Amino acid sequence: MKTSVKLFLKSISVLLAAAVVAGCTDRPPVEAVQRGYRGTGMEQVINPRTLEEKVRQNMPPGTAPAPELPGPKSSEIYQNVQVLGDTSAAEFASLMVAITEWVSPEQGCNYCHVADMASDELYTKRIARSMIQMTQSANESWGQHVGPTGVTCYTCHRGNNVPANVWAEDPGPKHAKNIAGTGQNVAALLPAYSSLPYDPMTPFLEGDAEIRVASLNALPTDNRTSIKQTEWTYSLMMHMSDSLGVNCTYCHNSRSFYDWEQSPPTRVKAWHAIRHVREMNNEYISPTETYLPANRLGPNGDALKVNCKTCHQGAYKPMYGAQMIQDYPSLSRIHVMTAVDETESPAADEMVDDAAEEAAETMENAPSA
Amino acid sequence: MAEYQNIFTQVQVTHPPDPGVPIGRDGIFRYGGDGHSYWLGKLGDAQIGPIYLGLTGVMSLLCGFIAFEIIGLNMWASVNWDILEFIRQLPWLALEPPPPEYGLSLPPLHDGGWWLIAGFFLTASILLWWVRTYNRAIALGLGTHMAWAFAGAIWLYLVLGLFRPVLMGSWSEAVPFGIFPHLDWTAAFSIRYGNLFYNPFHMLSIAFLYGSTLLFAMHGATILAVSRYGGDREIDQITDRGTASERAALFWRWTMGFNATMESIHRWAWWFAVLTVITGGIGILLTGTVVDNWYLWAVKHGVAPAYPMIDAMPVQDPLMTGASQ
Repeated sequence: MKTSVKLFLKSISVLLAAAVVAGCTDRPPVEAVQRGYRGTGMEQVINPRTLEEKVRQNMPPGTAPAPELPGPKSSEIYQNVQVLGDTSAAEFASLMVAITEWVSPEQGCNYCHVADMASDELYTKRIARSMIQMTQSANESWGQHVGPTGVTCYTCHRGNNVPANVWAEDPGPKHAKNIAGTGQNVAALLPAYSSLPYDPMTPFLEGDAEIRVASLNALPTDNRTSIKQTEWTYSLMMHMSDSLGVNCTYCHNSRSFYDWEQSPPTRVKAWHAIRHVREMNNEYISPTETYLPANRLGPNGDALKVNCKTCHQGAYKPMYGAQMIQDYPSLSRIHVMTAVDETESPAADEMVDDAAEEAAETMENAPSA
Repeated sequence: MAEYQNIFTQVQVTHPPDPGVPIGRDGIFRYGGDGHSYWLGKLGDAQIGPIYLGLTGVMSLLCGFIAFEIIGLNMWASVNWDILEFIRQLPWLALEPPPPEYGLSLPPLHDGGWWLIAGFFLTASILLWWVRTYNRAIALGLGTHMAWAFAGAIWLYLVLGLFRPVLMGSWSEAVPFGIFPHLDWTAAFSIRYGNLFYNPFHMLSIAFLYGSTLLFAMHGATILAVSRYGGDREIDQITDRGTASERAALFWRWTMGFNATMESIHRWAWWFAVLTVITGGIGILLTGTVVDNWYLWAVKHGVAPAYPMIDAMPVQDPLMTGASQ
């Protein structure tokens, strides 16, 4: 009797142990990095083994410094150069080679160009022009998001024609015609497999629906935000957390999610990032819908758009902050020939950015205080 | 005796089927009662039945079945009657309450109407089951403690699905029927109302919940530990303390200076369990109706401490500072 009970207990514990090990891709030990005042739970949980693997997956490609030849401008040598016209011809050529490596390593130049290199016949060439403008705008006008690290085509493309993580309006799974779709409660990728709304992108990263839900007063006033609406915001936040590979406390003090004064400076970056992504989608990507082929459109006929994961791909900084942009100065600013509105002084931008970084450093030193 | 010194039930009494005490003509509603299960005997009494259904039992099961079917069929419809998807995604599927625009009006069947009907039948089922627990206790000449404890849980259920939505003027405030969806609802609820952990009734509810588990463990362990002295006859020992009761009491006085009695420990347990749901229900009922942001409420009343600023330049809302983009 006793022996059989012991055997039973043993087999149960072996089974349990096996289940625990099998269920954990993030096996312990993990590291917690303190990022706020002690005892407040403001910490980032990092699994060094997972991080090592992710860093390996997010390595930047080799780059070559931009040629500094004072030679003629590309617009003087080539025809129909609309957005890189004031780049030197040598730098222009080197950029074209890099873009081929980044975006169409298999198809080569012919992915965008026909025999007459100046021709805009292929839609891919017209898209590429838009995307170059988008990259220039990101680096010049959105310093509060991309910082001095900046972005290149590779940040998103990573050798793919279309970046691996893009989104289009999601009409949702098919449901019986006699019930209304609720926009949630399916196993979906974007809300990180929660049952939250499966397309938080359309309202928040294309539209500018209100993200804030909590009241600024202790007692009820006029905030009629529903729980359902809160779930949409929550879904967007799940997407951000998943895309950056961070937990909530990377940007929020979870005791009071809404309160800016208790939030790390990273939240300000994310605030600008959301507006930046909206601009990319509305100013640069959606207008291409008119000439994109059907296989480059989502089920609702809209273009494949950008979200946090498109660039970040699981890293809190794309490619963990690897520097590429300094080798491609032509991508780092809006060229004079383009007609993109510029309302902001880059100098002021840099100042705010520097201040935010300083704050972040101070914060990292805070625990000893 | 030594058999009691084990985590699992070691004693299994086999006996001829016992129909229970005679209680007059109600006896005709008893079904079964002549079977034994060895494996259920490992957990409790080996005899199965007799079960008593009666009118309220049958009606309750019927209403519960209707609610279960409405919820299940709506979930199945949400994956276009695909049985494989229904099984695969079952934890994600839900029957949602109506969208906010319907307020408290009757929504169309396909857009929340089914939720109202399912809620009605589930509530009817639960209330009928409550009547049954009350009536069966009376029929057996028992106190009605079990019925009132169950009523505590029903209070929390009704606050979540009926009282609070009515006070808020919108069915959409209620909880969806679904496994993950009701959990996501819970988290969203806390985020919307500025962190439920600062709600003092939520605090009380947690204290009673954790206290319940602690009391349950302490009491269960105490009785098992003194059963070698007959301590399992705890009801006798309320009025006739034997050495088991004395030793159990002394153990707790030695270790923490105070002991519950054979009687009072059961009142402790009952009140802790019942207060978990009573205070929880009060906390939910006040949320959104009386308090809109529990964190700010806690700051206002000196509950939430302020911590030193974590950086030289506190972050400010970009909207308020007139950010350029």
